[in-house]
Parts: sequence; C-alpha cells; structure tokens
Amino acid sequence: MEKIIKGKAFVLGDNIDTDQIIPAEHLVYSLSDPEESKKYGHFALSGVPLKNSGLPDGGIPFIEGDNYQSKYNIIIGGSNFGCGSSREHAPFALQMAGVKVIVAESYARIFYRNCVDGGFVIPYETQVKLNDKIKTNDELEIDLENNILVNLNTGDKFQLNPLGDILPILEAGNIFEYARKNNMI
Amino acid sequence: MGMTITEKILAKASGRKRVEPGENIWLNVDVLMTHDVCGPPTIEIWKREFGDKAKIWDKKKVVIFPDHYIFTKNPQANRNVNILREFASHYDLPNYYDVGTERYKGVCHMALAEEGYNLPGTVLFGTDSHTCTSGAFGMFSTGVGNTDAAFILGTGKIWEKVPESMKFIFEGTLPPYLTAKDLILQVLGDITTEGGTYRALEFDGEAIYSMQMDERMTLTNMAIEAGAMNGIIKADEITEKYVRERTNAPYEIFESDPDAKYREVYKYNVNDIEPLVAKPHSPDNRDTVRNVQGTKLTKCYIGSCTGGKLSDFLNAAKIIFGKQVKVPTFVVPASTYIYNQLEVETINGVSLKQIFENAGCVIAPSSCAACLGGPADTVGRAQDGEVIISTTNRNFPGRMGSKKSEVYLASPLTVAASAVTGVITDPREFL
Repeated sequence: MEKIIKGKAFVLGDNIDTDQIIPAEHLVYSLSDPEESKKYGHFALSGVPLKNSGLPDGGIPFIEGDNYQSKYNIIIGGSNFGCGSSREHAPFALQMAGVKVIVAESYARIFYRNCVDGGFVIPYETQVKLNDKIKTNDELEIDLENNILVNLNTGDKFQLNPLGDILPILEAGNIFEYARKNNMI
Repeated sequence: MGMTITEKILAKASGRKRVEPGENIWLNVDVLMTHDVCGPPTIEIWKREFGDKAKIWDKKKVVIFPDHYIFTKNPQANRNVNILREFASHYDLPNYYDVGTERYKGVCHMALAEEGYNLPGTVLFGTDSHTCTSGAFGMFSTGVGNTDAAFILGTGKIWEKVPESMKFIFEGTLPPYLTAKDLILQVLGDITTEGGTYRALEFDGEAIYSMQMDERMTLTNMAIEAGAMNGIIKADEITEKYVRERTNAPYEIFESDPDAKYREVYKYNVNDIEPLVAKPHSPDNRDTVRNVQGTKLTKCYIGSCTGGKLSDFLNAAKIIFGKQVKVPTFVVPASTYIYNQLEVETINGVSLKQIFENAGCVIAPSSCAACLGGPADTVGRAQDGEVIISTTNRNFPGRMGSKKSEVYLASPLTVAASAVTGVITDPREFL
C-alpha cells in the first residue's frame, strides 16, 4: 500500500448509491477483458445527476468526453456512501477510473466490504462532514500512516478515522491474499 | 444477558455458544445464491483465486437463478446467462434454473422461497443486496459482492461483523387499505436510508404474524433500504406450513430472548398508519398518499420482489377490477409460478390475468425487468422525464432507467388506484 496519496478531489453529496456510481445498464460488460472493462471507468459516476456532480457548484463531469479515466483520484463523499445494490462493479468502476481513496462520513455495508475485500479502493471514514469543507479540483494529500488529509490549496488538515480491522486486508491486497497469509485457505 | 434471534443464528453458524454485536466472526454458510449480473464475475474471481484445482465447497448449496437481464437482445447480457449455463453444466450443478426451460423461475428472492431454500435458523448469502428478503423465514440472510461470494464458493465461509439489532413492533390488526409496503415505508421514513447500517432489523407484533409469507418478505426485503445487514421475522406456523409444503430439509427455529439487547425498539399501532409513498429520489422520502394526491403520472408499475407477488396482484386486481387504466400500466410477476397463478386466482369468477388485460395493463414475463433499469429494450423502463408510481423497492436517481424520471414507491393498492385515475390516488377511495 502506498504511504502518501496525492491528487485532485471530486466532491459528492450524501447517499451516493450504486446506481449513481455505475448504472445498471452498464453491468453487462466483462470485468476481466481489458477492452471491455475500461468501459466501467468510462461510465463511473455517470448516474450522478449533473447538478450534484462535482460539488459545491456541480455540473462537473467525473469523466471528460471519451476518456476511460478521470483526472480526479480522491472522492470526498458525505454520509451513507455506496448505498443500494451489492454490485461489486461499483468500487471496480471507481478503481478503473483511477480513484485511489474515498473519504466519506459513513458507508453502506456491502459497498464498504466490496472496496476492502476486493482491494479496489481505500474507504476512509471521518468523524466530521468534509464535503462542505473541500471543493472539487482542490489538491489533496493523504498520509496513510498517520491518517491525515491535507488540503494543499487551503492548508487545512483533517484527521481521518484509522482503518482498523480492514487495514491488514487492504495491506494484503484483498481478502484472498489476507486469508492465504493467515493460513485460512 | 439474552440474545436476539440474529445473534443466536450467527452463534450457531460460527460454532459458538454466544456472539456479541461488533465482533468479527467466521460463519459457515448454508446456501450461496447468485444471478446473471454477479454470477459471472463471481465465477471468474473464484477461478482466478483458486486456480486449476478450484473446487466448489458444496454443489448442493450453490443456487443460481438468471433473473435480472433475461428478456433482452443485449448481447453482453445474453453472454452472462451463457456463462452461468456453461458453469452449471461443466460442474454439474443441481440447483441451476435455466432461462428458456421449465426450470426458469424468475426473481431470485421469490424463487429461493418457492423452491424451499429458505429454512429457519440457517445462513444464506447472495450476490444481491435484497438477499435480506429470506430473513422473513426466521433465518439470517444478507447480500455480498462478487469477491465475498467467490470466497464462499471456494470455502463455504465468510467473515462478518455481528450486527446490533433494532426491533420494530407492529401492534393491531392490519386495516384493508394497508400492506407490508406501507409498514416498511413508515420505518424507512423514521430511521432513514442509513438508520440501519450494519444492523439487524427485527420485525414483531400481531400485524406481522397475521401476514402471509410473501407479504412478510416485503418487509425484510427492504431492510437493505435502511442500510441494514439483515431483516428478520421469527418463524411461526405460517412459516412452517410454507416451508413444509416445499421441502423436507431439517431446520431449527430460534427466537429472541425476552431480555435480549436492542439498540432501539420502535412500537407502532397499525391503525395509526395511513397509505404511504416514498417520493423521488429516496426510499426514506416518506409522505402520505394524501399529501401527494393528484400528482400526474405517465406510467404505473406493479412488479419486482416487493411488488410482483401473488398478494400484490390480488390487492391490485381488487381495485382494477372492471375499470380501465388511464396511463400505461405494467404487470410483472416476480416468478413464473406467480405468472401462472394469475390465470388460476379469480375475483368474482374472473382471473387476475383477465382483470389486468381487460383494464389495458401490459403483462410481462417474470424477471427483474424495469425495477433496476437494465438494457435499453427492458420492458417498462423509465424514459426521460417520466413520473412513475411503482411497487418496487428503490427509487434512487436513475434506478428505473432514466436519471430524469421521478419514481414514487407505493403499495400495490395505491399503485392500482393511481393506475385507474392517472394521478396518485389514495386506495381508500376504492375500498
């Protein structure tokens, strides 16, 4: 696992559900075929209504034009991020788009598990709402050893909740690697 | 300190005397269910991780229902079903229900119940968030992603955090204008879409035990709409009768101890509840039908695992009988059994099928259909700025296909009343 992640913030609201992260009509592509799986990146967050996409002003597409990757690699959400369906295609789509970390106040259980057990994205939680303190396009730096997020545009520092029980799984890479390390499989 | 029904089942499945909320435990899984959307990636991960020697932990415990994108020309969706078919054939899986054959069942949650896989006291995982539906049978059931499902497929095991429990007691006799959908919309409005995150929602009370199994399943199905891990209802005589008509498999009935610990207990008298809707764009955006009465509609939808069951169609037909629908109205039975029952069940000697057809409804074959949008040729899918009232379980933006559409969730009674007037209508006007 990297120790420092730097990048641009893409800010979203509360209750970003899995249909907004990857709409159901796109769940038909192969996740392993390299040409097809790129489409998950292309359609990542395409279900977010445009006025809510890239806060605070909205109207910012997560993916520009025909691209398969986003220029934003850190997502700042509100509460209940990833609610809705069990589709693992959701954290996969974010990973394909280039997202490394999500920082949100809280997560829905299945999405959170999927991020971790599949090793797709690091889901950080915060005690306070950050989606009203950080703007889309802000440059951020996350220190994973000390669980600190710094907004390089403003100098603001925010403490993130330690990853706790999920850290060993994220460090191993996914639940299978973790289970092998611990002689479970 | 006593234990809740959920804690007792998880203790049994983890081989322990007791478990405490918040503990991470490893569970032995009784049934793994998957479908055409998440089955293919699950199989792929299982093959990748376990390699050439990949073995299925127990073929009898793997149940596969193609149901999401069935009646579509989309080549990739069809490919998904082909992958399941080849997998089931290659590994000689006894519990695969192929589309295009007599074994095809329709929506997985309904099919699990109908085919006798739901057994009190057991533990069921599925690659669908609404897998919590099976909790109506006094069992633990919840949804997982492809990776967790692949892990179960190879090992029969999964790690889970023991959830805290919340109890919802519904006292009183259910009035004829209310259904399980109204009760769960009441709960969602009270606790919100994250009020149950990583928790167990336990339903109790006279009104719950007066319901048939398919109605109870609407309550547990929508536990996930509160973010909950599982919804659960203790098994009673109605449960046992339903199960025994379908299987001879052994089961064990658990119930919560009187001194079990709950995070919160909510008490309702059902006579205080009136017909409810969830307004766009969230299942917890509750309002009374009265307050949104008169909202113009472009489409009505009666289907899905919370609104396409036999009780839902009996309720809807009661209102639609002898009338014409004013807006396009889709009837999508959750299972092929229910589809066939539309011809068997009658009101005043007229079959439900005839009642819906005479009224001008479109009856579609059983599948998940427009409940979750799906490919462009999916029947009943939302277009542009449509305003839809639907018996489905989720109305997040774009869920039924178009981000610009507005979807109201309601009971089959409310949707039927709205279909015959073309505007959102309180079912009490017709009862």
